[in-house]
Amino acid sequence: MTSLAALRRSPIALLVVLLLGLTFTGTAYAALQPTAPTTDVAAAATQAEDVEEGRKLFLANCATCHGTNAEGVDEVGPSLHGVGAASVHFQVATGRMPLPAPDVQASRNEDQVKFSEREIEQMAAYVASLAPGPERPDAQYLDLEGADIAAGGAAYRTNCAMCHNSSGSGGALTRGKFAPTLMGVDEEHIYEAMLTGPQAMPVFNDQNLTPQEKENIIAFLKFIEEGGNAHGGAGIGNVGPAGDALFIWTIGIGTMIALAVWIGRKAA
Amino acid sequence: MSTTRHVPQGADGVRTDGPVVDEAPPPAYSPDQASRDAKFPGVLGPVDERTGLVKAMRFGLGKVFPDHWSFLLGEIAMYSMVICLITGTFLTFWFVPSMGHITYDGSYVPLKGVGMSEAYASTLDISFEVKGGLLMRQLHHWAALFFIVGLALHAARVFFTGAFRKPRELNWVIGVVLALLAIIEGFAGYSLPDDLLSGTGIRAMNGFMMSAPVIGTWMTFFIFGGEFPGEAIIPRLFIAHVLLLPAILVGLFVAHISLVVIHKHTQFPGPGRTDGNVVGFPVMPVYAAKAGGFFFVVFGVTALVSALVQINPVWVFGPYDPSQVTAGSQPDFYMWFSDGALRLLPGFLEFTLFDTVWSMNIFLGSLLLLPLVFIIMGVYPFIEAWVTGDRREHHLLQRPRNAPVRTAIGLAAISMYLVLSLATINDILAIKLQLSINDITIILRTAFFVLPVIVFFVVKRLCLSLQRHDREKVLHGRETGRIVRTPEGRFFEVHEPLDEYERWHLVNHETPTPLALTDGAERDVHGVRRPAALAGGLRRSLSNFFYKDSIPAVTPAELAAAHHHGEHEALDTPGAAAAIGQHGEAVSDIPGAPVSGHVEDENVGAVRDS
Repeated sequence: MTSLAALRRSPIALLVVLLLGLTFTGTAYAALQPTAPTTDVAAAATQAEDVEEGRKLFLANCATCHGTNAEGVDEVGPSLHGVGAASVHFQVATGRMPLPAPDVQASRNEDQVKFSEREIEQMAAYVASLAPGPERPDAQYLDLEGADIAAGGAAYRTNCAMCHNSSGSGGALTRGKFAPTLMGVDEEHIYEAMLTGPQAMPVFNDQNLTPQEKENIIAFLKFIEEGGNAHGGAGIGNVGPAGDALFIWTIGIGTMIALAVWIGRKAA
Repeated sequence: MSTTRHVPQGADGVRTDGPVVDEAPPPAYSPDQASRDAKFPGVLGPVDERTGLVKAMRFGLGKVFPDHWSFLLGEIAMYSMVICLITGTFLTFWFVPSMGHITYDGSYVPLKGVGMSEAYASTLDISFEVKGGLLMRQLHHWAALFFIVGLALHAARVFFTGAFRKPRELNWVIGVVLALLAIIEGFAGYSLPDDLLSGTGIRAMNGFMMSAPVIGTWMTFFIFGGEFPGEAIIPRLFIAHVLLLPAILVGLFVAHISLVVIHKHTQFPGPGRTDGNVVGFPVMPVYAAKAGGFFFVVFGVTALVSALVQINPVWVFGPYDPSQVTAGSQPDFYMWFSDGALRLLPGFLEFTLFDTVWSMNIFLGSLLLLPLVFIIMGVYPFIEAWVTGDRREHHLLQRPRNAPVRTAIGLAAISMYLVLSLATINDILAIKLQLSINDITIILRTAFFVLPVIVFFVVKRLCLSLQRHDREKVLHGRETGRIVRTPEGRFFEVHEPLDEYERWHLVNHETPTPLALTDGAERDVHGVRRPAALAGGLRRSLSNFFYKDSIPAVTPAELAAAHHHGEHEALDTPGAAAAIGQHGEAVSDIPGAPVSGHVEDENVGAVRDS
């Protein structure tokens, strides 16, 4: 105790404390930093193959716009370095890519997905091998088990409703761009969209919305999709008062006028 | 009063008191009351002794109302208002007009544990816990929409048929105030549930008020009791919605109806119908049955719609939170024109002067436009009367085509209103039609100025064409499509002359002339301008604008000449004259003359003081 107290005054003590502090902080930082899920050896072996297959698919289908090394082509296609596997899976599996024709925005078209799930994985592996980017989501965040619908709804209204509408029916953006409807969209695609921020959409990374919050939002959307909001009769396109106005000025008042004509005529 | 007065005669009643009506008022109660008029049961006797009820009932139930479906548009509004009053009372039993914060613990899972205002929570409770509550809410909202649609169409009917003319200008003004109050009442009610959509609406209203030059901020703080949202606005809107505005609405509505009774109902022109009578059915029993029946029709349709079609699903929008907003935020349609004006007004209209921001980009569309629209509507009858110099009373309606300039002005105004309204749903249009929202805005900005001009000219020309077509029909009859070939080889299309009932509708309107033609020349014989005020010159040119293209109605002389010409033509070919039987029919008597007994038969006791 006394020797330690004496050492405290030593000129070297400051350096030792500094060294200890730095070591401790660095180790803690490294230990706590989010890491990519580790893959087992067998997976690692197939991954190299996937990357090579993915590169071939990429050269055949994507390189025209994104460049032969996915470095992007000016004013045609963006660089894909760092977009990650999640982005590739979202864009290709929803039929947005390859883009059939230049447009303000790629539209979802699941009927025309040109690739098998395996091929999409290979392309994703290739793009992910170029630079680190968001990985595809964990299955545990897509099963919606134990998700909190109410918390999801609150997060949805704060982060998503201003573009996608509180009922998930979509909305317009500037110059022909739009936020598409979220009804009938696969859980994984919703998750990937939040993670990668495709097109005009902002990125909601895991610091912004944790995976659990993302799962909650997806659960909320699935609740709506399954008719959880459908009380009080048929909704008219879920576009709020615009649908009501359309109804009242056509069928509503039309019925009233038809009956008024009938009553006005009777016994006249 | 004859005993047959309550039997439907399809006959007219004379507007002015006729000799038949002039009878001694019945004693307050006498044993022969029942026998004198079997309609009123004797049990009313004691009541009548104390209140004079029978006299009032006799007056009320003897009123005559003309029949036309378009007269029922106002009734749609009236009955919808009644439905709103009934269902609204029901809703107040559960609604909590408070912005106090609570955590929801009801049966609607997606909001369980979410913080919200008591107003929103009680609206959810009405929807999900109270038996029949959701139906009542939907009835209330749909009836409110029917109220305003009915009111708008009623106003359009009154406008396009010229029913606002003297002596009914004051009632038109009351109607315009009713319309304004109705949309404010609607907006207040729409805001009460404090959901995300209506909260956004209140936020917009907050911004509108702030845009008022100089006083904006103070006015906002006064109404909201401090910063937005505060805790005062929902309770204040509640009292406005359930007490203040309904009281004024109902009061003005009673005045509106009373004036209809005092002025008597207008009627479309027809044989035997004049400015001095009303042809139709008395209230008891025919009209009461019809109007009462129509109430149930309106209630039935509204209930059906409310049971089948969702409206204002507040649970979808979520509770109001100033940090949130939803895409596709629109108010109910009656506020669209104001909201749409805001979406069309360019941003550069905002400027800073004397250290104050002047938000003309908002002020013009919200605070100025809303009252301006209703002021223009309110003064229109007086402007038209001044321009046309028509100071006479009118009880016969005009067909819209016979007032081409008014019809064109009305539809041009409606087109402007529609452009503004469509601008409110520019985002919905963009996504549904896959257009660019920017393009839609540019198109609507242009349309706001161009469309009314096009509509004006097209509608005016259409009216004039229809008038010419009417003339054609009166003079030459209806084309039958029957082609007759004469022995000489000539071909005829047989024209069937109109009978006098049909013709009456086409010839009885008057042909107005511009004031310049009746007022005398602008310059006297020496070429010196007559001392007319500037307004006089304006009035002349406006009058010219109104009436210069008038198509005159066919006169009896013209009709006779046309028939003579027709006969002459037919006589050219004697064989054809026989083939074309209808063509040689005698020219009928002058339109408007009594033509048959059932139209105007005073002897059956159809004359009344109505």
